[in-house]
Amino acid sequence: MELRFNEAEIAFRQEVRDFIAKELPKETHERMLAGKSPTKQMVVDWQRKLNAKGWAVPEWPVEWGGPGWTLGQRYIFREELQQAPAPQPLAFNTNMCGPVIAEFGTEEQKKRFLPRMANLDDWWCQGFSEPGAGSDLAGLKTRAVREGDHYVVNGQKTWTTLAQHADWIFLLVRTDPNAKKQEGISFLLCDMKTPGITVRPIITIEGGHEVNEVFLDDVKVPVENLVGEENRGWDCAKFLLGNERFGQARVGASRERIRRLKRIASTESMDGGQPLMQDPDFARKVTEIEVELKALEMTVMRVIATESKRKDKKPDPATSVLKIKGTEIQQMCSELLMKAAGPYAWVDGDPEAEGSNDIDVAPDWAFGLAGVYFNWRKQSIYGGSNEIQRNIMAKAFLGL
Amino acid sequence: MDFDLTEEQRLLQDSVARLLGDKYGFEQRKGYMKSPEGWSREIWAQYAELGLLGLPFAEDEGGFGGGHVETMLVAEQLGKAIALEPWIPTVVIGGGFLRAGASAELRAELVPQIAAGELMLAFAQTERQSRYDLNDVATTAKKDGSGWVISGRKGMVIHGDSAGKLVVTARTAGGQRDHKGIGVFLVDAKDPGVTRRGYRTVDGQRAAEVEFANARAEAVLGNPEDGLPLVDQVVDETIVALAAEAVGCMQVAHDMTIDYMKTRKQFDRPIGSFQALQHRAADMLVQLEQARSMSYFAAMGVEERDPAERRKNMASVKAQIGRSARFVGQQSIQLHGGIAMTVEYACGHYFKRLTVNDAMFGDADYWVRFLANSGGLVAAA
Repeated sequence: MELRFNEAEIAFRQEVRDFIAKELPKETHERMLAGKSPTKQMVVDWQRKLNAKGWAVPEWPVEWGGPGWTLGQRYIFREELQQAPAPQPLAFNTNMCGPVIAEFGTEEQKKRFLPRMANLDDWWCQGFSEPGAGSDLAGLKTRAVREGDHYVVNGQKTWTTLAQHADWIFLLVRTDPNAKKQEGISFLLCDMKTPGITVRPIITIEGGHEVNEVFLDDVKVPVENLVGEENRGWDCAKFLLGNERFGQARVGASRERIRRLKRIASTESMDGGQPLMQDPDFARKVTEIEVELKALEMTVMRVIATESKRKDKKPDPATSVLKIKGTEIQQMCSELLMKAAGPYAWVDGDPEAEGSNDIDVAPDWAFGLAGVYFNWRKQSIYGGSNEIQRNIMAKAFLGL
Repeated sequence: MDFDLTEEQRLLQDSVARLLGDKYGFEQRKGYMKSPEGWSREIWAQYAELGLLGLPFAEDEGGFGGGHVETMLVAEQLGKAIALEPWIPTVVIGGGFLRAGASAELRAELVPQIAAGELMLAFAQTERQSRYDLNDVATTAKKDGSGWVISGRKGMVIHGDSAGKLVVTARTAGGQRDHKGIGVFLVDAKDPGVTRRGYRTVDGQRAAEVEFANARAEAVLGNPEDGLPLVDQVVDETIVALAAEAVGCMQVAHDMTIDYMKTRKQFDRPIGSFQALQHRAADMLVQLEQARSMSYFAAMGVEERDPAERRKNMASVKAQIGRSARFVGQQSIQLHGGIAMTVEYACGHYFKRLTVNDAMFGDADYWVRFLANSGGLVAAA
């Protein structure tokens, strides 16, 4: 049993840290330090820098540009990006669709899509959820009917994150309406410029525009854009959802939030004439989160260690903790940050929009914190709600 | 980063598990509890045979040469059996003081006795007023010729009734709560100045109230003017064992609960088919896994060289383990329903041990407060 990072891993962490310090554009870093999402251009520029370094697609096979890192290195890389903070490689390209194409796609598909995906020449979005298929994803109804050398797709996707930026969408569609739920689904790649696609924004409670509805009316998708076999798309979906389980813990992101919270509560935010951190009740709430985060970090280490060795790809029971605890901790961080800002957390406005604090109502450190709190309620809903996670645990790990 | 056990560690774990599997069923445990000492001499002798009693001592001193991971492995197995023997007081606490505070001569004399199962130790620390504060010591040690005599009263001395020698904290200088001026002394339990009154604790262990009236110290452990850092170190090492013991208890309480949910039928179906109960069981698993992670962290974090950082590490361990223990313990009772309220059923005994375990050397609230007052784990940006 060796419970520490080895020297090579420590050196790797330093290498990543140095690269970020040297290469991350100042405007991107400052924007993220202020708790705002990076703009599209910032994400694209940064991913191209990472790609030039060979670091944009840690999860991909080496022959398609992956760096050949261990799970430990991938974790370190991710954590360093999160706590810098710096943008992560776009998940839709690098964690979701890319690995699916690398695993299930044809040589032609790999050549055509993967290099552009890695360099973020194409921005991808995820067409999974539907109005009637949320937690029960396999209940999806979007139909794809084969006609000659293409599929005709009709239906509606929803909660499509950043579809407004997207050049391509990967879709789960129903190709056999008579088969059992999971067995009639296929995985299609679709150019967002195809006629018949309409993207309509969904504005979330804090006022931000992250997610969209995507309507598909007689959208023609060439048959060569089918990934894997027809009606075997659920295999791709399961592979995608099971990929990178430890990515959901976001330990580095929470650590960055706590650092920020403690700075604000120790210097800016006053309570009874003293820094808020000196209020024992508040300090204890922060400490409870720090303890849970330390435990989660060790749980992630355990998952990495077991998954590195595991041949059968069966998840460790500890993996189920990652989504639940990871999101609970992040949500608590967002709540405490909002509380720390007091009344100045209330300024309304789209925290994603540039210049939205132009009239300087709130101090910079406080701006948009309530918005983030409201927005982050999504974390325990997306990616399989935390209740679905508990169902999975009860069934898969506890045999109930 | 590697959580695999070495071959030796696996052997150690398996041999303890096998012994306890054979000899420490719930009914057998009841029998041991009824014996005059409240635990089993026969089992103790078998611990000695397996090398558990010499575990943390150097091999050339008659020990097993085990480290913190070995302590963790053994303690987890003992937790699974809610074992009653004085292993933690003798081997982990007493052993810790001997390793870090005793002369080579004293170790040469005592370690073979401990390893052979002939000598038990107990830690006389808590006082009426001290609660969990290790620096709150009213018991005094006074110079007497070349040695020291101890006077005062210690309470809740776990396994203090069967111990052959007591490790006692006593004040050599300063006021009752001063951090300086605390010494650690070894006192023979048969010294005419020692009076003991043994009793049972709620979790089935034994403890004693111990009165010292000019009891003669056989040895000083560490610096008699400034022994608190030694106490802190040994308590931190003990937290490795306590955390692992709690994980062992939680694992069994959780497993029992899941098994029961699969077999107990109400409304013509197993109660485990009800989603409200499934989610609670899933939350128990979350808490158990977080606790297990912190038990591993304990074995690593105790090796931190800076005592202040080490203490923060162990505070975070106690905090998480205590929170998890409370949840898993309470919910294991709740999900069983009435059956777990009976003294005849094992689950409640795990809950009781978990409850006491949380409070040993400070409960989760105590350590969260400590951490909050020490700036927490993450530095402000």
